[in-house]
Amino acid sequence: MRPEPVEGFRPAQPAEDVHGDVSVDRLALADELAGTAADGSTAVASADAAEYAMRLGDDALVLAQQLGMWIARAPELEEDVALGNIALDLIGHARSLLHYAGTASGRSEDDLAYWRDEPEFRNAWLFEQPNGDFGHTIARQLAASVYLFELYSRLVDSTDPTLAAIAAKSVKEVDYHRDHATQWVLRLAGGTEESRRRMLLAIADTWPYVDELFVDDALVERLAATGVAVLPSTLRPAFDAVIDEVFAEAVLERPTGRTAFIASGGGRAGSHTEHIGPLLAEMQVLARAHPGASW
Amino acid sequence: MSTPGEIGTEAWPLWEVFVRANRGLSHVHVGSLHAPDADMAVRNARDLYTRRNEGISIWVVPADAITTSDPDAKGAFFESPAGKNYRHAVYYTKSEGVKHL
Repeated sequence: MRPEPVEGFRPAQPAEDVHGDVSVDRLALADELAGTAADGSTAVASADAAEYAMRLGDDALVLAQQLGMWIARAPELEEDVALGNIALDLIGHARSLLHYAGTASGRSEDDLAYWRDEPEFRNAWLFEQPNGDFGHTIARQLAASVYLFELYSRLVDSTDPTLAAIAAKSVKEVDYHRDHATQWVLRLAGGTEESRRRMLLAIADTWPYVDELFVDDALVERLAATGVAVLPSTLRPAFDAVIDEVFAEAVLERPTGRTAFIASGGGRAGSHTEHIGPLLAEMQVLARAHPGASW
Repeated sequence: MSTPGEIGTEAWPLWEVFVRANRGLSHVHVGSLHAPDADMAVRNARDLYTRRNEGISIWVVPADAITTSDPDAKGAFFESPAGKNYRHAVYYTKSEGVKHL
């Protein structure tokens, strides 16, 4: 089936392109950034709003890069495509958020993605945790997508129109990511003895990184006071309610006791776990080897 | 249906996918995919076949639930109606405004 052109999507000239519909160099990707005005301009972020957008953008970017590593390695071809689609959605969120973050310092989203080093990344630790087995990826997806859904659901009412527009575009996509993760948690927890054992282990390994998502600091308190940001701590009850519902259906429990270790966090201040180094090297090597190259 | 992964080489069952492009049109077969169960088949179909605005509704059917005509019996089964005009209601005119007939 030949797809109908999507609105705002500029297809290549059919006569010149023997390979199909998409030709990246002729696509105006800048037109697709959420929160951009009709003339292509973006409002300039305040220093605080830029830092906040960088946190959210780095969460999406780092998670997308992790998920991208599943391409050609997922348990089935169909799951390969599903994880790839989720990663691409997140890349879209990261582009819009980092584009906005860059307006405060005159940098592009590519400058921020490819030319910052580890201590300048602001993502929470959850997003940089390794893929592990499929169960670990799903446990990370569940925590990440439930958190992002609650965040974007509230951020649509931000007094910052750019952030509100990005959240409005992203919330429907993370809603699907949440469904995808939930479906898999139910199947892995209720599948075979082995799949359940691995799901339990994955949740125990992932949950130490959940608390960091809901930590308030001076920046978000300043931004929340003017209605720009959502105070992370206020998202916790809704997050727990959804997780409890999924876990009840899957006959799982939130880790307690010995397994309830809580990671110290520190991603928002640029301190990271050992997993982000190789991830950034893989993501940045091409752009750094050929600065300014386009293809 | 056996549990996927029970045998190392076993794949998930095959599902046929039907997508409806618009209201008022029929679901059209677009392809097939593997999925562990019906719910996941609908989701996989969404990822594989509707990411470029192709559809507003998806059906999935277990491939082994579909009974096909016998390809070897093509001669008798699909014998050409050419030269049998008496069988066709081509002498009627259709009412104006009837679509998809």
